[in-house]
Order: sequence, then structure tokens, then C-alpha cells
Amino acid sequence: MSTKNIELEAELHEHDHDHEHHQSFITKYIFSTDHKIIAKQYLFTGIFWAFIGGLLSVVFRLQLGFPDMDLEWLRPFFGKWITINGKLDPEFYLALVTMHGTIMVFFVLTAGLSGTFSNYLIPLQIGARDMASGFINMLSYWFFFASSVVMFISFFIETGPASGGWVVYPPLSALPQAMSGSGLGMTMWLTAMALFIASTLLGGINYITTVINLRTKGMSFSRLPLTIWAFLLTAIIGLLSFPVLLAAALLLILDRSFGTSFYLAEIFINGEALPNMGGSPILYQHLFWFLGHPEVYIVLLPALGITSEVIATNSRKPIFGYRAMIGSMMGITILSFIVWAHHMFVTGMNPFLGSIFMLLTLIIAVPSAVKVFNYLTTLWKGNIVFTPAMLFSIGLVSFFISGGLTGIFLGNSAIDIQLHDTYFVVAHFHLVMGSAAFFGMMAGVYHWFPKMFGRMMDEKLGYVHFWLTFIGIYLVFFPMHYIGIAGFPRRYYSFTNFDTFSMFTDLNAFVSVAAIITFGAQIIFAFNFLYSIFKGRIAPANPWRSNTLEWTTPRNPGHGNWPGKIPEVYRWPYDYSKPGAKEDFIPQNIPYSQTPESNLPFEKDLVEKEKAEKES
Amino acid sequence: MVVTVILIGLVLIIAILAVVYRIHSLVDVARGNHKKKVTGSNGVNAALLFAFLVLSMISLIWYSVSRFDVYSLPVASEHGISTDNLFWVTMAVTGIVFIITQILLFYFSYRYRYRTKSKALFFPENNRLEMIWTIVPAIVLAVLIFSGLKIWNQVTADPPEEAEVLEIMGYQFAWKTRYPGKDGQLGKYDYRLIDATNEFGIDFRDKAAFDDFTPREIHIPKGKPVLLKIRARDVLHSVFAPHFRLKMDAVPGMPTSFWFIPNKTTEEMRIETGNPDFNYEIACTEVCGRGHFSMRMLVVVEEPEAYEKWKSEQEPWLSKNQDYLAKVPEDLQELALIKIGIDQ
Ligand code: HEM
Ligand SMILES: [Cu+2]
Ligand SMILES: [Cu+2]
Repeated sequence: MSTKNIELEAELHEHDHDHEHHQSFITKYIFSTDHKIIAKQYLFTGIFWAFIGGLLSVVFRLQLGFPDMDLEWLRPFFGKWITINGKLDPEFYLALVTMHGTIMVFFVLTAGLSGTFSNYLIPLQIGARDMASGFINMLSYWFFFASSVVMFISFFIETGPASGGWVVYPPLSALPQAMSGSGLGMTMWLTAMALFIASTLLGGINYITTVINLRTKGMSFSRLPLTIWAFLLTAIIGLLSFPVLLAAALLLILDRSFGTSFYLAEIFINGEALPNMGGSPILYQHLFWFLGHPEVYIVLLPALGITSEVIATNSRKPIFGYRAMIGSMMGITILSFIVWAHHMFVTGMNPFLGSIFMLLTLIIAVPSAVKVFNYLTTLWKGNIVFTPAMLFSIGLVSFFISGGLTGIFLGNSAIDIQLHDTYFVVAHFHLVMGSAAFFGMMAGVYHWFPKMFGRMMDEKLGYVHFWLTFIGIYLVFFPMHYIGIAGFPRRYYSFTNFDTFSMFTDLNAFVSVAAIITFGAQIIFAFNFLYSIFKGRIAPANPWRSNTLEWTTPRNPGHGNWPGKIPEVYRWPYDYSKPGAKEDFIPQNIPYSQTPESNLPFEKDLVEKEKAEKES
Repeated sequence: MVVTVILIGLVLIIAILAVVYRIHSLVDVARGNHKKKVTGSNGVNAALLFAFLVLSMISLIWYSVSRFDVYSLPVASEHGISTDNLFWVTMAVTGIVFIITQILLFYFSYRYRYRTKSKALFFPENNRLEMIWTIVPAIVLAVLIFSGLKIWNQVTADPPEEAEVLEIMGYQFAWKTRYPGKDGQLGKYDYRLIDATNEFGIDFRDKAAFDDFTPREIHIPKGKPVLLKIRARDVLHSVFAPHFRLKMDAVPGMPTSFWFIPNKTTEEMRIETGNPDFNYEIACTEVCGRGHFSMRMLVVVEEPEAYEKWKSEQEPWLSKNQDYLAKVPEDLQELALIKIGIDQ
């Protein structure tokens, strides 16, 4: 590991002398191979998509909250999808829901979150000059970009974007005659996802390789910040599960365009019996959820990693149970692969299989619970500084609890019979995955903004943003539990056709208003973000008085991150408020020999070891 | 027009934000706030977190109690009673955990807010604690799992021999139902036989099909096991009968089923809910296209005698569509005529 690093260093130094000064704008900011620039590219693209995805949800919330509202004013945006009497077309409603889900899960919370922070933090926190392969890293972003372009264009085609739900179950998604979104829109969805998967895999390989090979001297796995552990495990999950989604998509493409019958059997549609025999729609669901469930953790683990870092730093306390945190993340990683069929309890799957998956699913709740208790204990007897990042992290833990507990209902197949595909599910996954991961992302942006842009974001605006968003999200998603318990199915354009679902018009209107306000609060964030890039207060070197290596770089780290030698690491990243220490933090690059006043008994021996190493 | 208004609004908001932002960053610099480790906002945020805890808990409890009757759906099947029980037991368990952990989260945040003189406790790990909060949740979950498993096994067990059988078929965008008729056997079907009239694709080479009838709404007897044979004609659908706590996907090419025992007649339910217009409904819960939200089917639960009477009054599909007698093989023609009650 270290030899490799030295070689790379040598190479980079030469590189510095020859090329740095005549880098053009294009190679520096567009086709960059610098992990920090690529991270920002992911971040900007992610934020762009978050606004699109959020806007879509506001539009369909208008339909759900105010079914009688005249939406004529949306015609300039949606054209013929607004019907002549000023209503949203029901098929377009489904398109909005589908695109909202796809965008949020994949483009915002996978690419926008992992893409940004894995890229940004891995080299900086492990003490590396860059990613293992800058070129593959660049490729990863541009695949994502291409995927974004294809997905975006699909909004504007005649037949509309994909509309079979973000899970695009066949036969609905396979048959253009079943709904118009299953035509060209679906082809584009599949193309975009194929590009997206390529992007994720390229990124993931790089993250894993970099963490394994390029750690600086002294940065053993037991000294890695939890962020890096989270990114590493996330990349591993992605690498093992995304290919399966690609397989699922490939078979779907074959069924759609080449007359195969992997997922199709005995279909009579539009007055015509199709020739397909012997396929199984259930097969698709197994393949999809083999990615789909791990995907939940792909969006969640990085958020939890970021929170661990932020909570420890701002509680001025070591994260409680560092080893237990790593253990539980590993447990989650492994278990996440063997619970997928809990999404399929009532698909007609063998009930015995249902029993097995119920058992496995509820086991995965244990490591999740451990993480929550560890967070709580970290706060206990802390000395807590409420930076915006800290508030978002506390918010994350709150959502993670609320949404995690409802998972215990849904993972129990007997209870899931009633709750499956109702608003209870919408409430559950928005809290535990959507909002928690979104808050993780926000915490990350607020926390590492000073490193990324060399300036501070405004705290007060951050507080306003936090409070409006935090309260707003609870007001949007908590009521959906009641609506779900009352049996309201999801992906419904309207509820007026059923007596059973005739109540809650007031609550639905309330939720929609809360959603609009929550969305509005994000404009405050966008403003704070953009404005601070140019006009924010100049950031001090280590604004949060944090221990990790990224804060040892210059204010605006250049290509190669550290101008001189890469710092060496002597201790774990969580020496906060160590008894005897002068300050309430000791960065990872401070040797034990410099901190005799605070060394613990077993660390005294390490001083000797340090000395021995210096001499050799 | 609208676009301009939105644009102007946006510009205004941004302008206001910019001014506010500028002013207070100047004020901050003047006060030297950025040099302090924490500002007065720290106490404010701590207090707000605490206030949030109190207010949200109060409104949560108030809403959950006062609207209980609105959101809790009356249950009308035998297994539904058990699953509901388990639901509420789980609610109690998770509710307690929810309240305790949220209180700890917000209380700790408030209680241990930054104070200049205090120092955080260096407390990196404690294996005892980790063991406790691994094992206790594991035990609690195990109990919930095994209760669930027991119910799940009962619900998904093979249906009793004597169950009333009926077929329900989903298509874009409605449900259709078919009963076996007097012989108690549903006739075979083949999707290639479907046409505008024979929407089920009933195969009249099978003599069990002759007396099948296809009413517009489902009738089922109270207190008797009912077996739904579920299928789909075009895309996925899902049979959802909320009051019976019943849900099962309808899958093209792969018939599924669900059996249950309804335990309240429609009349009884009308009295219980105080709603004289109450009806049991079936909805679709697997997105299936533009009309997904409108796939409604009525279910009538009756006393067994009334049900038998209703059943005996139904006319076989074949007798309503006698053109299809031509599809019946020569040797079965006579039987078909007898079964549909036409004697020459
Ligand atoms: C402004 C905030 C948001 C609001 C108001 C919102 C609202 C909704 C609603 C009401 C639905 C269900 C629509 C229906 O079933 O008819 C939905 C679906 C969904 N949302 Fe969100 N959401 C928001 C943010 C997010 C985020 C951050 C995520 C990231 C995980 C997300 C992921 C999804 C997914 C995966 C679906 C399912 C799509 C489908 O059914 O195919 N949403 N959203
Ligand atoms: Cu899952
Ligand atoms: Cu349907």
C-alpha cells in the first residue's frame, strides 16, 4: 500500500511541474480527473435532480390534496398532459410518480449522495492524492451525465416518460399497448438505467480499490473514519447488486423488443391474445428486488456514515461503539442481500418462502437498532454544538427511528397482507430511506462545504432551512401512516371511486400544503449554497475542530490534495474530549509522542512503537 | 402569464434572501460572532429541539386517539382479527420504543448542549451495553416474528375442502368474477379463447364450464370459508379487500389464490358502522395503468341461506350466450343443454 502511494506521489509531483499551469477550463472543470471536481459535478447534478424530483412531487400532491383544483396554469409546462377540463391526465400522474421515484432513489440519493461524498471524502480522509483511477472516475460521472440526459429528454417525448412505477414491473412496462409510457419512454428509462448502472459500477470499483490500496501510512482499517467504512461497504453492495438489475433490465429489453418471453405469459390485451408463453412476471420481481432492497442501504449507509462523523465531531465525543458501528454496518451489508422477497409477500410467491424472508428481514432490524442506540449514547454527556450539519444529523436519527420501526410491521408477512402497497409503505420508506438519506446528504453538504468551496455557508439560513424541512417532512409523511392504516392504496390518482377511501380529504390537503412549504424551504438552501460559494465568509482551516485528515489540507486543496508530503496517521479519528488533552480534539495526524498528557495506558506503548518506526 | 408571475415571485424571494443574508452576516462580523466557538443560536436550537419533542408528542397522541375511529378500518374476516391483533401488539411495542428513543434523542440534545465550562465525557465503548441492546431487540423481534409466523401459516394454509370457490379476474380496468355453478367446479379456460363476449376465455370443451355463471358483484356467505381463485388477463393487478384484510396479486400466466372466512354480513356492518350505505369493496393495489384507481368491485356478504338462494337464482353464462353452444363438442351438446336448463 505505502509503496504504491509513494510511486503515485512521485508521479504526481512530476505531473505538477509539467502540466498544472496550462490546464484549460475544459480539462480542469469539465473533463476533470480530479476527485474533488468530480465530486462537485455529482453534487450539482444531484441538486438539480433533487429540485426536479421535488417539483414533480409537488405537482402530484396538488392532484391528491386538491382534486378539484384547476391546473390549467400548468399547461405551459405539461402541454397535452393537462386535459381539456384542466385536470392532470391520470396516466401522466403515474408518469410523474414514476419519474419522481426513479429520480429520487437513483439520481439524487445514489449518484448525488454516494457520488459526491465517496468521491470527495475517500481520498481526503484516507490520505491519498486522488482516486485509484482518475480516468475511470471521470468516466463514471460522464456515464451518469449521459444517463441524466436520456432520462431528462424522456419527459418531452410524445408518449410521455416511463409510468409503471419506479419498479417498472412487467407486463405493464413491457407492453406499449398497456399504457403510453411503456412505449418509447420506457425504452429511454431502460437505456438511462443501463448507463446509470455502468456509472455506478465504475465509481464503485474505484472507491473500493482506493480504500483498500491507497490509505496513507498508519491508516489501518481500524483507524478509518466511519464515513469511509460506510462508503466502502456501500460500494461493495452496489457492485454486487447493480449487475442483477442490469440483467433484469436486459431481459425486459429482450421481451419488449425481441419477442422473447422471460416475463410474459398468457396475455390478452387490446382485443388480442399475445403469443408469449411460459414467462413469469415474478422472475422480474425477484431480480429487481435483489437490487431494490440493497439499494435502500446503498442510499442509507453513506448517510449513516456521514452522520456518525458529524455527530461525533459536534458532540465533542468519540462515536460510541466504533467497532459495533462497523460490525452493524457489515451485518447490514450481508443481510441486505437476503431479505429482498419481503417486497413480494403477496405476489403469489410460495408462502414458505415468505416465512423465511420474514425471519431474515426482522434479523436485519437488530444491527439497525444497535446503530440508533450508539448514536443516542454518543449524544449522552456530550458538549453539543448545533451546527446545521449537526441538526440535520439529529433529524436523520429521528427519521431513522420513526421509519425503521414501521419496517417491523411491513417485514411481518402477516401484517403486510393489509399494509402492502398502501400509504403506510409510502410513509415508511420516505422516512427511513428518503428523508433519512436526504438529511444525511444535507448534513454532508453543510459539514464539508467549507472544504469544498473554501467558504462558509450561512448558519442562520441553515437553521431556517433545517427547521422548515424537518417539521415539514414530518407533517408530510407522518399523516400518511394513518391514511395507510385506513387502507388507502398507493399510486392512486384519486380516491373518490371508493366509499372505503372517502375520508381524509382534509388530511390530504394538509399534507399537500406541508409538501409545498417543505419544497419552498429548499429554495433557501439553494440560495445559501450558491451565494456562499461566491460570497460566503472565508473558511478557517478546521472550522468544526474535527480530527479527520481532510482538515489538514490547504483551504482550497489543489490537484494532489496536500502540497507537501501526505500526512501520516497515528490514531483513530475520534479522540474528542480526551481526558488530559489541551484541546477537546486531537487530529489523526498527531503522534502519541506529542500527547503524553492524554495517552491511555495502552497508547503509551504505541509511543515506543512510533519511535522505533521513526528510527528504522 | 403564470410563468411570469412565478418567475417574478422567485426573483423577489431571492432578492429578499440576499438582503437578509447580507445584513446579518455583517452584523455577525461586527459582533465578532464567527470567532466564538458557539453563538447564541446554540441555546435557541437546543430549546427548539426540546419544544419540538413536546409539541410533536402531544399532537401525535392527540390525533391518534381522537381520530381512532376514522383511520382504523372495521375488520370482517376471521384471520383479520388475528392480523389486526398482531398489528396492534406491534404498534404497542414499537410505540414504546418510539417514544423512549425519540425522548432520549431530543432530551440529550437539549440537556447536553454546549457549555463553555463543561467538557464531554470520553466514553468510547462499553461491550456490556452493546450486548444488551443487541440481545433485547433480538428477543422482542423473535417474539413478534413467531406470532407472525403462526398467523401467516394459518392464513396461507390449504383451503378447507368445503370452501366456496369463486374466480376473480383482473383486467384493464375492472374485475370480473365467475362462479362454478351447481356442479361446484369452475370450467377450464384458455386465454386464447377470450373474445369480446367470452371475456374469461371459458373453454366449453370442458363440461364443468357449462353451468358457470358470472354475476356483476361478488356474493359470499358469512361464516363459511371462501376461496378466491385469482388471475389477471393483461398486466399485474392485486385484489385488495380492505375490510377482509385480504390482498393477493393477480398475475398473468400464474393463477394465485386466497381463502378467508367472512364474519360479518353487509347488513351487520351497516349497523356497526352506522352507515346505511356501507358496502364491502375490492380495489386494485398493483399499478396497472391509467384506470388503476378505478377498479372497484362490490362484495355482498350474506347469511348462508340468503347466499344459497341468490346462487340458485343465477343464470349460467352459457344460457345467456347461447351462440357459444356451437363451441361445445358434439357428444356434450345434450349435457350442456341440460346443465343450462334448456330441455328440448
Ligand atoms: C418533497 C418531498 C417529497 C414528497 C412530497 C413526496 C411524496 C410522494 C408521494 C405522495 C408518493 C406516492 C405517490 C403515489 O403513490 O401515488 C411518492 C412516491 C415515491 N417517492 Fe416521494 N416524496 C418526496 C421526496 C422523496 C424522496 C427524497 C425520495 C427518495 C427516496 C422519494 C422516493 C419516492 C419513491 C421511491 C416513490 C415511489 C414511486 C412509485 O410508486 O413508483 N420521495 N412520493
Ligand atoms: Cu426491502
Ligand atoms: Cu389493476
